[in-house]
Amino acid sequence: MSTEASELTHNMDTFLKGLWRQNPVFIFLLGMCPVLAVTNTVINSLAMGVATTFVLFMSTFIVSCIRKIVPKEVRIPTFIVIIATFVTMVEYAIQAISLELYDNLGAFIALIVVNCLIMGRAEAFASKNTLGRTMLDALGMGIGFTFALLCLGVVREILGSGSFMGIDLFGEHFQPWAIMILPPGAFLVLAGWLLVFAWWKERQQHRQMAEAAAEQEAVT
Amino acid sequence: MNPDPLGFIFLDAAIINNFVLAAFLGICPFLGVSAKLKTAVPMGFAVIFVMTVAAVCTYGVNQLLIYLDAPYLRIIAYIAVIASTVQLVEMVIKWFSDTLFRALGIFLPLITTNCAIMGMALFATAREYGFMQTVVYGVGAGVGFMLALVLMAGLREQLELSDVPSIARGAALTLLIAGILSMAFMGFAGLGG
Repeated sequence: MSTEASELTHNMDTFLKGLWRQNPVFIFLLGMCPVLAVTNTVINSLAMGVATTFVLFMSTFIVSCIRKIVPKEVRIPTFIVIIATFVTMVEYAIQAISLELYDNLGAFIALIVVNCLIMGRAEAFASKNTLGRTMLDALGMGIGFTFALLCLGVVREILGSGSFMGIDLFGEHFQPWAIMILPPGAFLVLAGWLLVFAWWKERQQHRQMAEAAAEQEAVT
Repeated sequence: MNPDPLGFIFLDAAIINNFVLAAFLGICPFLGVSAKLKTAVPMGFAVIFVMTVAAVCTYGVNQLLIYLDAPYLRIIAYIAVIASTVQLVEMVIKWFSDTLFRALGIFLPLITTNCAIMGMALFATAREYGFMQTVVYGVGAGVGFMLALVLMAGLREQLELSDVPSIARGAALTLLIAGILSMAFMGFAGLGG
């Protein structure tokens, strides 16, 4: 019974760590190019997140299936071909679903192939773990990546265009912050989020230290 | 065929639409290798070199794919070409100069996953550049990457001595500087009409 329970928490942890504790964008700074480039609106961010999650999930799935057949020396080229295949599929799928979205995302759909997040998960996790855990890990990381894209997309669209998912929020009197939808805005918003998270973490640490000190005082 | 003159293509890739600061390509090495000037400069040269070779190779591959009528193979073909170019460059540098090889060492394999190379190849294809135009675009993109990397490394070396608030240390500070640099590069927007 207890081993079953510990296995369950272990699996939950595999899934959840990608969302926050090991968030690929905010903690590891992986896959930064699309994070900065396509987050000028919420829709673009969401589409990019879903596309990346799909490629990540499918390619780590295949990598995990064939991990025992592929010789060590040729594993990197094999992974690249698998990832490139799924990226090509996604590129044509997006073109078929919405031409407008395809134009907005531009070359960055094809550039999913060089997203270090996918290669990193294939090499560091999928090539060493069972199929089930690989799927959980890929889903967690994918959702974590999408969450980070949305964090940037929401701020940039609301401040830069005064709208949310294309719906006007503030009426005519709002003067949009043009800088937010231009390249510098991406750097500044991401830096802002990192500052907020660092500040929050530091405050938590201070509180823990204060609590520990108070406890010690109570003991003495 | 694209009618843009070569000089404009170079300026466009290197400064006006700087690959790192305006097009967001190659951000990972930009954040990772920009701590010291001593590593930023060799990395910059390595990227210029790989960019130039990759520009020539991907142009040839694209012509072949057009001839075979198989554009859906483009992504797979490009990534394979870039990966083997990096390998080739590694071997050539080793044969050419052992000192240079040791100086670049760990950076060379990293260039494969540098999205600036792949981005350059895809943009050059999308704009239907001719052979010379593609090569100039590749060199310009490499120069732009090196420019951004060296600027950032110089700034970060200066900042090592200053008193930075603890929450801003590391990536957040680098991104803030990148944002300001990016604003400065926006000033070049009108250049070349």
